[in-house]
Amino acid sequence: MALPNKPLGELKAVKDPEVEEREVDVLIVGGGMAACGTAFEVKKWLGDDQSVLLVDKAAMERSGAVAQGLSAINTYIGDNKKEDYVRMVRNDLMGLVREDLIYDLGCHVDDSVHLFEEWGLPVWKKADDGKNLDGKKGTKAGTLKSGATPVRTGKWQIMINGESYKRIVSEAAKLAIGDENILERVFIVELLLDANKENTIAGAVGFSVRENKVFIIKCKTMMVACGGAVNIYQPRSVGEGKGRAWYPVWNAGSTYTMCMRVGAELTMMENRFTPARFKDGYGPVGAWFLLFKAKTLNGLGEAFAGGDAAKAELERFAPYGTAAITPTCLRNHLMLFEMKEGRGPIMMDTVTALADLGKTMNKKELKHLEAEAWEDFLDMTCGQANLWCAQDCEPEKKNSEVMPTEPYLLGSHSGCCGLWTSGPDLDWVPDAYKIKAPNGKVYKLMTTVNGLFTAGDGTGGSGHKFSSGSHAEGRMVAKQMVRYSKDFADFTPTFKQSKEELVDLVYKPVRVFLENCDYTTAIDINPNYIKPNGMMYRLMKATHEYGAGTATFYQTSNKSLEIIMNLLQVMREDCEKMAAGDLHELMRAWEIIHRIWTVEAHLRHIQFRKETRYPGFYYQSDHPGQDDENWFCFVNSKYDPAAAKWDIFKKDYIKIISD
Amino acid sequence: MPSFVIQEKCDGCKGGDKTACMYICPNDLMVLEPNAMKAYNQEPDQCWECFSCVKICPTQAIEVRGYSDFVPLGSSIMPMMGTEDVMWTCKFRNGLIKRFKFPIRTTPEGTANAYSDLKGKDLESGLLSTEEADSYEIPVPTELA
Repeated sequence: MALPNKPLGELKAVKDPEVEEREVDVLIVGGGMAACGTAFEVKKWLGDDQSVLLVDKAAMERSGAVAQGLSAINTYIGDNKKEDYVRMVRNDLMGLVREDLIYDLGCHVDDSVHLFEEWGLPVWKKADDGKNLDGKKGTKAGTLKSGATPVRTGKWQIMINGESYKRIVSEAAKLAIGDENILERVFIVELLLDANKENTIAGAVGFSVRENKVFIIKCKTMMVACGGAVNIYQPRSVGEGKGRAWYPVWNAGSTYTMCMRVGAELTMMENRFTPARFKDGYGPVGAWFLLFKAKTLNGLGEAFAGGDAAKAELERFAPYGTAAITPTCLRNHLMLFEMKEGRGPIMMDTVTALADLGKTMNKKELKHLEAEAWEDFLDMTCGQANLWCAQDCEPEKKNSEVMPTEPYLLGSHSGCCGLWTSGPDLDWVPDAYKIKAPNGKVYKLMTTVNGLFTAGDGTGGSGHKFSSGSHAEGRMVAKQMVRYSKDFADFTPTFKQSKEELVDLVYKPVRVFLENCDYTTAIDINPNYIKPNGMMYRLMKATHEYGAGTATFYQTSNKSLEIIMNLLQVMREDCEKMAAGDLHELMRAWEIIHRIWTVEAHLRHIQFRKETRYPGFYYQSDHPGQDDENWFCFVNSKYDPAAAKWDIFKKDYIKIISD
Repeated sequence: MPSFVIQEKCDGCKGGDKTACMYICPNDLMVLEPNAMKAYNQEPDQCWECFSCVKICPTQAIEVRGYSDFVPLGSSIMPMMGTEDVMWTCKFRNGLIKRFKFPIRTTPEGTANAYSDLKGKDLESGLLSTEEADSYEIPVPTELA
């Protein structure tokens, strides 16, 4: 039988859901690379009398940013100096990073990569004759841990056959933590502070997207690692292609919003990422630049990035612009410069790159090279491969356009927004980077809220962790959480809110819907409520036009920011009238609430920082250029949940590693 | 695109506990219509084209049609998952077909070493459990500002 075109919502929501209450020592919110790291590590330290629970909005086998797979691991230190890793991250992020966190991560990330390989992730190797071996053939060359040489595309990246990367990593995580300690398809939406102890995390609430059930979970300590924020700005494709975000479309800023709403301090929320990628398909360009040595051309066919005009432009942003590796934002800046001057579009010269490589290769090697180019897409951005097929684009015969995307917020890729967290308790780490718990002890990666930790995209000021670094960071948090919950073993988490109040909070959009839905004949159009889909478009329109979106070539101004602050205020008020008729829509309702708060934090930071720190990512037109004299510092902010007020302030940057 | 379900091929996972596509979709898009016992993508403009549903479908009932706002019709890419490799068939709009085979895993599924018996010793040190077992020493930066 034919199915009619179905609207949203097979699983209807009811006014009074079932309630399940839990209490554990350690709560892990998220299921991506960081949370899988935590799940793998936590029981190695957990006492027999302690308990743990992991809650994932999706299924761990394919959740998070690595759901689709990856073609490279971007952080593997290997024989490199950890100090150089810090220097690379610092330069790419225009000087302002948490060098303690980055150095420390550099000490531990390789251990996670070694585990991935042991678990079955195919890692490319260099053969004795210098040729590349894929991940299957590469096993004969031994493991990275035993000293085999990976195939480096850049100084820090190694090539993998990573289609099943997340499946492999989650398999080990699930085996380690045990199925009985995992809740999948449960979306945590709000964190809860303790009723008695000030500034102390006590638990969280959420709901199942599979059945009408609210979860109220108490804990002594918690990690929130739910990725970055996507679909917060109007994307370049606004039809079906809205889903083809570069970063995972399901990342809703939940990490930042949930933590800020209990008063956790944010840092560098003004930072964003607008990666230049193959136009529309958003396929990766890294392998094309690094592995295939391709160049980008402007509309006149000029390799503009190496030209005198580009060099002169980069000198304006010394020392970052004149460093050996041009920072990502400045590479974007050069591209935008060409486009604004009327010399677009920008094309990746795949034809010349493959022809040049082909000069030294035989037919078999060439065929292998072609497969590598396709695998780069098929491993991590399948849609781009389909786009090439649909456009009859064979990269050896036809060049492809490159375009900077809509803005994303994240802390693990080439971005550094997130939570302010404690550095490690080591002598070389400045005291100003250490956060002390009430017992006077320092817990690495704890936020400014006692017992609340984050990792991956959540940790601010330490970009370029990528998949491997996020996993390693999640593992470090696991140990710290166990330590914290042992040190505070006598802490009894207590909520201020009653069970009924919490259910009402979580299911409010359902109740608004059920109370009003019979008033009109069109379920989505009703003066008494707004559906999440409508609110999503409202947010996207506002950010697009006023918040330095693609509409204005990423420019904003004092006046634009003033306008969008008012729009966001009204949006937050209207969120009180958000309506959800089914469980999927309830998920979307909470996601858009999370997105709005995250965007507000982002724009408040841009408003506060009176300079343009990241040209190419955004431009504050009233404050163009960098102002190192006044703004060579972090910008931190804190939302006070009791007073419902924001505080935003400068925080000293401390240089640890030499130039 | 959005993923789509071929009516004839979908058997609703035979009414089992788990509808494969619904279980796996990272964005909660795939749902089972319980009367017809067929799955569908409930929100195609939120589909990341991650192919998770395509790869997991036991009857190969799910494919992907490129996003209508920028992908011309007529092409397709289809993965065939094995235990060690994935085989991709990429069909161009002009009829050209390319096939690629890539490794996905070097160990049998389900055998990842979770180090379940490994217990950490020093909770106050900065070492991860496997680092501690390997007697790893955490380096201290020497090139200080």
